[in-house]
Amino acid sequence: MTARGPFGRSVGLLAVIPAVFLAVFFLWPVAAIVWRGLAPEGSLDLAATFDIATTGRWWKVAWFTTWQALVSTAVTLIVGIAIARIFAKYEFVGRRWLRAGFTVPFVLPTVVVGTAFIALLGSNSPIGLDLRDTVVAVIVAHVFFNVAIVVRTVGDSWARLDPRAEHASRTLGAGPWTTWREITLPRLLPSILAAGSIVFLFSFTSFGVVLLLGGPARTTLEVETYIQTTAFLRLDVAAVLAMIQMTIVVLTLVFQRRMRSRLETGEQLRREQSIRRPIPQGTAGVGVVFSVAVTLAFMLAPLLMLVHESLRSGGRYTLANYRGLNDGTSVMFVTPLEAIWNSVRFGVAATALAVVVGGLAAAAIAYTSGRAGRALDLTLMLPLGTSAATLGFGILITLDEPPLDLRTSVWLVPIAHALVGIPFVIRLLVPSIRAVDDRLRTAARVLGASPWKTWLSVDVPLVAKAVLAAAGFAFAVSLGEFGATAFIARPEHPTLPTAIVRYLSRPGAANFGQAMAMSTILMGVTVCAVLVIERFRIGDTGDF
Amino acid sequence: MTSEPTSGLSLVDIAVQYGDVVAVSGFDLSVSLGEVVALLGPSGCGKSSVLSAITGIVTPSAGTVVWNGIDVTNVATHLRGIGMMFQDNALFPHKNVAGNIEFGLRMQKMAPEARSSRIGEMLELVGLPGYGERGVDELSGGQQQRVALARALAPEPGLLLLDEPLGSLDRDLRDRLADDLRTIFTSTGTTVLFVTHDRDEAGRVADRTVVMAAPS
Amino acid sequence: MPPTKIFTSTKTRFMALIACVAIVAAACGSDVNTSSTATEPPPSPSNPKTITLVTHESFALSEDVLAAFTAETGITVELLTSGDAGTALNQSILSAGNPLGDVIFGIDNTLMSRALEANILDAYESPLLAEIPDEFKLDDTHRLLPVSVGDVCLNYDVGYFTDNGIAPPQSLGDLTDPALKGLLVVQNPATSSPGLAFLLASIAEFGFDGDYTWKSFWADLRANGVRVSPGWTEAYYGDFTWAGGGDRPIVVSYASSPPAEVFFAEPRPAAAPTAVVEASCFRQQEFVGILSGTNETAAAQMFVDFLLGVDAQNDIPWNMFVFPVNSLATPPPEFVEFSLIPDNPLSVPSVAIEASREGWIEDWTDIVVR
Repeated sequence: MTARGPFGRSVGLLAVIPAVFLAVFFLWPVAAIVWRGLAPEGSLDLAATFDIATTGRWWKVAWFTTWQALVSTAVTLIVGIAIARIFAKYEFVGRRWLRAGFTVPFVLPTVVVGTAFIALLGSNSPIGLDLRDTVVAVIVAHVFFNVAIVVRTVGDSWARLDPRAEHASRTLGAGPWTTWREITLPRLLPSILAAGSIVFLFSFTSFGVVLLLGGPARTTLEVETYIQTTAFLRLDVAAVLAMIQMTIVVLTLVFQRRMRSRLETGEQLRREQSIRRPIPQGTAGVGVVFSVAVTLAFMLAPLLMLVHESLRSGGRYTLANYRGLNDGTSVMFVTPLEAIWNSVRFGVAATALAVVVGGLAAAAIAYTSGRAGRALDLTLMLPLGTSAATLGFGILITLDEPPLDLRTSVWLVPIAHALVGIPFVIRLLVPSIRAVDDRLRTAARVLGASPWKTWLSVDVPLVAKAVLAAAGFAFAVSLGEFGATAFIARPEHPTLPTAIVRYLSRPGAANFGQAMAMSTILMGVTVCAVLVIERFRIGDTGDF
Repeated sequence: MTSEPTSGLSLVDIAVQYGDVVAVSGFDLSVSLGEVVALLGPSGCGKSSVLSAITGIVTPSAGTVVWNGIDVTNVATHLRGIGMMFQDNALFPHKNVAGNIEFGLRMQKMAPEARSSRIGEMLELVGLPGYGERGVDELSGGQQQRVALARALAPEPGLLLLDEPLGSLDRDLRDRLADDLRTIFTSTGTTVLFVTHDRDEAGRVADRTVVMAAPS
Repeated sequence: MPPTKIFTSTKTRFMALIACVAIVAAACGSDVNTSSTATEPPPSPSNPKTITLVTHESFALSEDVLAAFTAETGITVELLTSGDAGTALNQSILSAGNPLGDVIFGIDNTLMSRALEANILDAYESPLLAEIPDEFKLDDTHRLLPVSVGDVCLNYDVGYFTDNGIAPPQSLGDLTDPALKGLLVVQNPATSSPGLAFLLASIAEFGFDGDYTWKSFWADLRANGVRVSPGWTEAYYGDFTWAGGGDRPIVVSYASSPPAEVFFAEPRPAAAPTAVVEASCFRQQEFVGILSGTNETAAAQMFVDFLLGVDAQNDIPWNMFVFPVNSLATPPPEFVEFSLIPDNPLSVPSVAIEASREGWIEDWTDIVVR
């Protein structure tokens, strides 16, 4: 399989922009704040650093952080693959809406979902399960938030596998379970690994979930970094924690990279097949319906609680909370429409940045097979595994001189979001680019198309679907305010999550109700946005 | 044909539907044991759908499939014992040539030594001796076709279906392979139904040709 | 020839004295009034300025009150918000010399010492300080000026206690009573400002010496089933029986929470559903300061005057749920009716907080959590 694609030797140039972006907005800030922590007077105090690094407590925290992330990832993968199967194989009423609905938890602020979770799993649990302050609650919450990543990544890949391999397997006498194990699973492993690495990084740097559901005795590196940085301004400890975190993340990514090259099957992915069938009658069908119902219950219960709370005021069902959203006299107040508009604007900017920078990086990585490509790939994943507090404060001390005095710029928000969105773009685009049949490119070249024309008429249409899927993720990441945005000083353009958290920071039933109403609106915006992005994909089918 | 033999393959009034689209309707066919029958028709007339109904990949919306006296219309694919070779061969990309060929044998719980010798036999039969360790993507189109045939034949199915088996090959290769196929089928005594749009090929390989029209 | 005695004549001495005084006055004056406001015209509607206010997410003022300020002075205020007060302060410390904005609001008394030691603020003796009682002026260098006071106190669900026939707590010590076992939720002082305030309250109340210290108190609380929540929102809307449908009827919150429960309820109840335990209150104040290195000192000072002035002070309660400090301000009746400013709240000197905060939180974690 050809390495270079249509660009020939200049493929290396594609990597320049992503590399510069990453260096300026991530590597430099993180290095600066770590340096500031390790060398507060200007020179390295190795003895002090050594003291901190050998404190047993931090290694215990690191250990807990790592194993809870591994377990969370494993469970999320299992649940996500089971759900992805339902979406890949069956056609049923509301399928697309339900699938879009999975993205909602991903986007909601943790504090909002957290209160719903506590209501469901805490001491007043309606299902009698008191899981408060346990690791189980943390893992369940991680699954809830992150299952969308698996469902959409693995699900999309699954839909594009050649179904006839499974048919062949069945005609050769392999039952459904054997076929799955021997024929489907091995071909899904690359995308499972890709989704898994992102889920691991999110679980590893999880903050709100651990704080809220794990109880005060359980902290992760992320939580400790936050405490050391904001409560104590102990940049020296924060620097050591950041380095420990970075080490574990790099090791994980290298391991994942090794696994991936062993698993790549070279299969040409096709366009999405309509292999979906209606839910069968009889016992098989009952099993599917049951799975769908359980999935619905699991995913919807917390969300429905929120919607329910938003419709309650003074003990009655009413729309007062929604009406109340437009009443506000404070300078910090924002109407839902303004909040949506801010969220959407940031979202579009972040998505554009993520797709362009990530797309260039994906092309550079896909078309080269050397060290440089792998290094770029790994480095671009790092923002997912870095503490938000570290990056936020790092940006503060580096991007503070013209021409890059961005500390108070509104552009910092989409940049921070894009840093989290770019890994998604890369994970989705690289396999897609690699899967383009080189013979097609050759055919175009032979017919007289220049390298650029070839790229535009062959690569781009075939990869377009993956680009749209990636755009969907990047937009969701921005809607959900991931990344260092909590630690950046922001000019006053409140987004939906910001507004929700503001309402929840004040006492009074009306404030709580309005927070729930705003959360419901955020859920609605998410589903709409995802469906709109999906629309583009569906319009793209056709015979090739 | 409306006679209903108690052995061989019998399709009665088969209809296949995908959503609202009717691919096949009111289709009847009989194939005697050991016969090689070609199903000839233009693209889009539903030939592949008929094969899918026979293997059970698709459940027909009407009609019955009887093989060797047993009504298999609603039996799961992996229990029917009907082999298939696919258009574009559908080899398992993550396994090598030997891994592909032995798959059906493993499903039959054949012992490893027996599998080994059978793989060797099959490779000889299709003219690719010693190719066992090769990766699937290292093969040419014609070689892949042959591996697909070997894979389908290895478990010795009573009934073998082929979907445009020689479709993607060039003229010369096709002629040669067509003759080889006929030899293999007649020597193993397999009941064969294959689908093609090439009248010539049908004539070379089959005992009998059935022409299929587009659904009404 | 003898040296000319320049400084012997009275006139020369007098001139020299005047010159010295002038130089000293100029030097002192420049400590208070930095930058180049000497020759610049002051901000006004015909000379509009823009200043940036660095603050946290809980800041709020009415649009029209702020608009009136802009109309009167020509100064537009842009907001720059960062999470919480600690984050905003740390950001300002890290950007010392090249500040993020012109004015910073939200530094509270637990952070005061850190802010002052970091030397990031310019002094400004606002004329409006005359309207503010001395008890609130914790910084005599006038770098941090008081704006609001909002004590952190135990709140309890009145209905719960009457329904269950239990006497609600009247002091911190009552919390260790077995009759109140499993009824309290507090916040983690490492991650929550009211949590830290409550910890400091216990330190102020029980101290370090004697048989029963603050550590003994917390050990007893742990034995009595205290729950620790990461933040105010999670405790109040998650665990508190009244607001959150949880199972804890006693929560650490603010003296101003009960009025909010009256005002923001539909329909308005006659009595507040929650009440404050006065003896548990810990004084918490928020301050405003001008960041060193600002180019808009005059405008910044006018904004500080505005914040300390009656219009803004009257606007504070319903926006920020705390009390004004200006003695001429009139808090809304519901605030006065359903809440209180305790006469003798607990407090700990800011310098002590800054020096020992980390150690205290570490000890607290050992006793309560591990």
